[in-house]
Amino acid sequence: MARALINVPAKAKRGEVITIKTLISHVMETGFRHTTMGVRIPRDIIDTFVCTYNGEEIFRATLHSAIAANPFITFHTVATESGTLTFTWSGDSQFSQTETANIVVE
Amino acid sequence: MKAARGTQRLALGVLLAALATLCSAAEIPLSERRSGYADLGRETKAMQDDDTANPGMLSVLEGEELWKTKSGTEVKACADCHGDARASMKGVAARYPAFDASRGRPVNLEQRINICQAERQQAKPSAYESKELLALTAFVAMQSRGEPIAPPDDARLTPFREAGRQLFFRRQGQLNLGCNQCHDDNWSKRLAGNLIPQAHPTGYPIYRLEWQSIGSLQRRLRNCMTGLRAQPYEFGAPENVDMELYLMWRARGLPVETPAVRP
Repeated sequence: MARALINVPAKAKRGEVITIKTLISHVMETGFRHTTMGVRIPRDIIDTFVCTYNGEEIFRATLHSAIAANPFITFHTVATESGTLTFTWSGDSQFSQTETANIVVE
Repeated sequence: MKAARGTQRLALGVLLAALATLCSAAEIPLSERRSGYADLGRETKAMQDDDTANPGMLSVLEGEELWKTKSGTEVKACADCHGDARASMKGVAARYPAFDASRGRPVNLEQRINICQAERQQAKPSAYESKELLALTAFVAMQSRGEPIAPPDDARLTPFREAGRQLFFRRQGQLNLGCNQCHDDNWSKRLAGNLIPQAHPTGYPIYRLEWQSIGSLQRRLRNCMTGLRAQPYEFGAPENVDMELYLMWRARGLPVETPAVRP
């Protein structure tokens, strides 16, 4: 399983804009490279990232071959209620990984 | 006539030797030494400073898991002997390479980890620059973050450090350049648009954006040698370790930054 780092504030005030940072280890092999023997290295990238907040989708990104290895995605949302943020990365060769983070909204 | 020319040639030789001594004495004064971090862009600095944005931390996390994983015929984990790395490994990376009495020469942190794997765990040592070895090294080295680089005061290391110093000042490759010509004499100037750093190994293993991965100091040294169009030394070669030893001595006092991020 790939290693992921998620930074979500543990606590926030209702209505506050919070920053969410995510980092996941992935080679992001472009599919355009060849080995020294001339064999094409098959594409192996993460193509979709989705974040849900208590089940509701709040952020989605489509990734392509030009994204560097270990993609770092950061975005903002409004802290509305206490609950769970779920992060899912999926891509080539049935790659799929889900991580969660909890937030307390006061 | 012949004798006169001989004298002239001798004089020129003496002059050149004197010049060479002058040049080789031009090391950067301790007060002017600074880490490559100081010359990073704002975004790269931010990336290194935030542990949840620093991609080197992915490797550190993996190393932490390996630290606790039992392996080898002894079925021992690093943690079984060394306990909590936060306490036992603090400051270790700041004083490596260190002298290994049984080998009669200095070993760097990667080699020390490999020796431990082979002799204490009776496990297959990791290949140089393998993901596992880099992860363990990054995890161990991170425990020294913030500690000043403190090369051991060990007389047995002196000849090896001197050999490393000779390498640093030796002109090599098709470009016929010594490391010192860029990193001692022309740091802070630009080479094809890139800033020339002082080349202090403060944050190894580093996450280099150009590599899109974490890599060791020897990988960096080999890179530089290829740049000079010289034949790089193999990973783990004594020459590379000597060079590491000299570079760490040259960077003495600067804080360890592992895992550092560099462009």
